[in-house]
Amino acid sequence: MKAAVITFPGSNCDRDLVVGFERAGIEVTRVWHKETTLPEGLDVIGVPGGFSYGDYLRCGAIASRSPVGQAIADFAGRGGYVLGICNGFQVLTEMGLLPGALMRNGSLKYICKPVALRVETAESAYTDGMTPGETVTIPIAHHDGNYQIDPEGLAQLKAEDRVAFRYVENPNGSVDDIAGVLSENRRVLGMMPHPERAIDAAQGGADGAALFRALSGIMARA
Amino acid sequence: MKARVHVMLKDGVLDPQGEAVRHALGHLGFSGVEGVRQGKVIELDLAATDAAAAENEVQVMCEKLLANTVIEKYTVEIV
Repeated sequence: MKAAVITFPGSNCDRDLVVGFERAGIEVTRVWHKETTLPEGLDVIGVPGGFSYGDYLRCGAIASRSPVGQAIADFAGRGGYVLGICNGFQVLTEMGLLPGALMRNGSLKYICKPVALRVETAESAYTDGMTPGETVTIPIAHHDGNYQIDPEGLAQLKAEDRVAFRYVENPNGSVDDIAGVLSENRRVLGMMPHPERAIDAAQGGADGAALFRALSGIMARA
Repeated sequence: MKARVHVMLKDGVLDPQGEAVRHALGHLGFSGVEGVRQGKVIELDLAATDAAAAENEVQVMCEKLLANTVIEKYTVEIV
């Protein structure tokens, strides 16, 4: 099982994401944003949180058009797994791999705290083995996590069971309390909360480890 | 030749920053402000000499990078 974790200038959750994968038994190669090719035999790409390119223009906009961006899009196009967390989620929506957009929090405040999330589907490699309706606690840390999508897009996400996580108490104004969404083939997940910041009791909770274990389990069986 | 691109949130997309500006104007005593929408202006210096071709090229730039057409609309002006 092999993962790549991308580092953009301004990424700051890349190292934690590496540890998240490694603790679940997944071997990780770190990839710099100027690379145009990805390591051979890759199963999953992690796009980490942070402030890629200083959030210039729009959060994730420049990263999504960076040299490695095309390689990520091609990998996803071939059915690869891609996990985008926080700024990574913003990058994936800017790339068009996930629908919708992340806008400034409704409160206009940067919010950094653990939040309760409801698992909405077990039908993905990231939530396999979880029970829909169960609650997990995962930290958020963002200024632009207000997920928005047009009514038709929202209806489609719901009809196709592609909302992976919802906030129990909406912190940022996201439409329909959405915290994470899946792509049409269910292999790309974008989420604002940081599972890699909840993989060890020393971090105040380890609920995030379940996501990496689920992914590792699916890939071991593939 | 210069091009000026105006990027605005689409109608109907909530603009929390614009709302905050509207509230602040209210606090300053400007009671008649019914709505504020905040956008951005991007100015480009272009080597092109043909205005029509330049405008077309800037349109492509908007679609590819300068605007996120999921939530934003744009106008291009050659000046």
